[in-house]
Amino acid sequence: MFSGRPRAVFTVLLVLVVLAAVTPFLPEYVCILLIQALIFGILAMGLDLLLGYTGLPSLGQAAYFGVGAYAVAILTTRYEFGFFPTVVLAILLSAAVAAIFGLIAIRAKGVYFLMLTLALAMVVWGLAWRWTSLTDGDNGITGIPRPELGFDLGIYINLFYFILFVFILCLGALYVLVNSPFGRSLVGIREREERMRMLGYNVWLHKYLAFIFSGIFAGIAGVLWAYYKNFVTPDDLFIDVSVEALLMVALGGPATLVGATIGAGVIVFLRNYVSIYYSGWPYILGAMYIFTILYLPEGLMGITRRLRRRAKAEKLDE
Amino acid sequence: MLQKKFKLFLYTALVAPVAFCLALGTASKVEAQKEIRLGFLTPLTGGGAQLGRDSVNGLKMYLDEIGYDMAGLKVKLIVEDTELKPAVAVTKAEKLIRHDKVHMIVGGVMGSTGYALGALANREKKLYIASIPASDDLTQRKLSKWVLRTGWAGSQPGHPFGKWAYEQGHRKVVMIGADYAFGHENMAGFHRGFEDAGGKIIQKIWVPVMTTDFGPYLPLVKKEADAIYALMIAAMPGPFLKQFKASGLKMAILGGGTTADETVLPNMGDEALGVITPLQYSAALDTPKNKAFVKKFRKLHKKVPSYFSESNYTTAKWIHEALKRVKGDISDINRFSQEFQKIEIDAVRGPVKMDKYLNPVHNIYIRKVERINGELWNTVVATYPNVSQFWTFDPKEFLKNPVYSRNFPPCNYCK
Repeated sequence: MFSGRPRAVFTVLLVLVVLAAVTPFLPEYVCILLIQALIFGILAMGLDLLLGYTGLPSLGQAAYFGVGAYAVAILTTRYEFGFFPTVVLAILLSAAVAAIFGLIAIRAKGVYFLMLTLALAMVVWGLAWRWTSLTDGDNGITGIPRPELGFDLGIYINLFYFILFVFILCLGALYVLVNSPFGRSLVGIREREERMRMLGYNVWLHKYLAFIFSGIFAGIAGVLWAYYKNFVTPDDLFIDVSVEALLMVALGGPATLVGATIGAGVIVFLRNYVSIYYSGWPYILGAMYIFTILYLPEGLMGITRRLRRRAKAEKLDE
Repeated sequence: MLQKKFKLFLYTALVAPVAFCLALGTASKVEAQKEIRLGFLTPLTGGGAQLGRDSVNGLKMYLDEIGYDMAGLKVKLIVEDTELKPAVAVTKAEKLIRHDKVHMIVGGVMGSTGYALGALANREKKLYIASIPASDDLTQRKLSKWVLRTGWAGSQPGHPFGKWAYEQGHRKVVMIGADYAFGHENMAGFHRGFEDAGGKIIQKIWVPVMTTDFGPYLPLVKKEADAIYALMIAAMPGPFLKQFKASGLKMAILGGGTTADETVLPNMGDEALGVITPLQYSAALDTPKNKAFVKKFRKLHKKVPSYFSESNYTTAKWIHEALKRVKGDISDINRFSQEFQKIEIDAVRGPVKMDKYLNPVHNIYIRKVERINGELWNTVVATYPNVSQFWTFDPKEFLKNPVYSRNFPPCNYCK
């Protein structure tokens, strides 16, 4: 993420503290968008583990996101489960689905992996759409209650802090994960799979575990989404969600974790805030993608990296 | 030196967005006093774009007529695109409430959107006026003081239409329709009306919403049926009717109002001739009020108005009348709502009033597609006056049943 440098960790913490301090003074609508950005941030960071660190471009994150969201919807509205059992079950279900799909998808690479994950996600979408007795089909499930944790999560600012808290936990967990020997081996697999295999690493198992972890974080994001929105529909696990997650990572910068969240923030604000003032916001988004791909292959996070590299180079010149 | 520059860059990058947000925050606090802000949700892109255009055009036509002035309040209309997706509608409704601080949410199209917005209205304690969504339960078992309906309930036209169809000699009917809330409810209304009269529904086929290829479904249709009842929405009716005619099936075509409404009729050909559907409006309605409405709408938009236009036109008028009654005082939304419910409107579609469950009571017209002067029109062949969502049933008894669904009423004659 920050190549383990303390200054970068400090910067991220500073941003989070500033965010926490400033949000109560922002308009409520901006607060709602920050909530969305954080939730999608968790989804995108989970994908970053696969795409950025392991080099596996998944186009199926919507499946685990959706399973998490639907699990919450069904468990809370039909069976009136409490908060903790619901969350644990929902995340386990996402992980289970990822574990099953991983068995099928991990065999493939590159574009084939992309297509497989996409196809598998569409299966889940189809289920949500057509298994009406369970999911209520196209109507979606309304009336998901916000969890009761001793403070009123019906108030958006409280919900924001709750989700920020979960976000920091996820960020921390992912940070530890990518800087662990396991995370390092993932990068090794991304760079040179054959060599890793030669060195005696179980490449398949590493990929498989990364796939499941990625699914778990997508599931967590889905759980939060259902609680925030009080409402799930098959749209929540349509291909749009997967594509958007992929774009968030590409825009922010792969293999940076926080970059994925920045990408999520940019997309959420473009879609919901800039659109208020300029109906042609998709053009801005499109232009940004093209610009990023042409000039910033490392994403928005690449800007600071480049600056730093240039600073270093000039220092050497002196 | 450069290290410093980098630090400076970093801190600017940190502070600038925060300052920007704060500036936006203070900017949005400026609020005009004497205005009524209406948040209007409708699909403007995707498969429902035509429905959205007709809706907005109807609403704006009334606002233009009154010069955007309702009982001394300036009307500020904010239109948002729902893309015909409930989830998008909810996000946009949140934006309208939090960012634009609208006094009420109006519109929506899909029945599923109706349920989603109803739940949101309850949570946010905001008035939602459902001008199109026909989700039955919004004004039945999920009745809420935050949801007023000016459109219709999905099963409302089906009850009298079922009776009418039986009287025309139909005995066995096959049903095919969109597999979602509105489809279930609309088809169930006919199902119950028809079987109460003595007919038999012998088959129900469900197709996914926005299906345009009916190849897999048409061969399933039982040929011994006298008629088929088709419930299609948005972009579905055209392809369905074409493929139905091409399939060689000869039975009469009945349907839900949306199968042949004026959003799709101008783009259809002979395949639509003879299709009979019930609804609370037809552009061919032979009343002076409607004739003037159609003439003006056609002049403005080069298209006949649909029930989407009429319903939103009437909704705007309804809001206007209610505001007149509270003398432009919108501070007490409950009082506004109370007055709103008491109003009897002489609308384009005919007389409309609200029942105790906040759903309109109005005429249901049985309409047959005919070609007149080269154009397709929904000629009114029968009128059932003052039809409520409960038809001739006792509301209390009616509400003891579960909401109409895929499985209710049960299909006793399906094999």
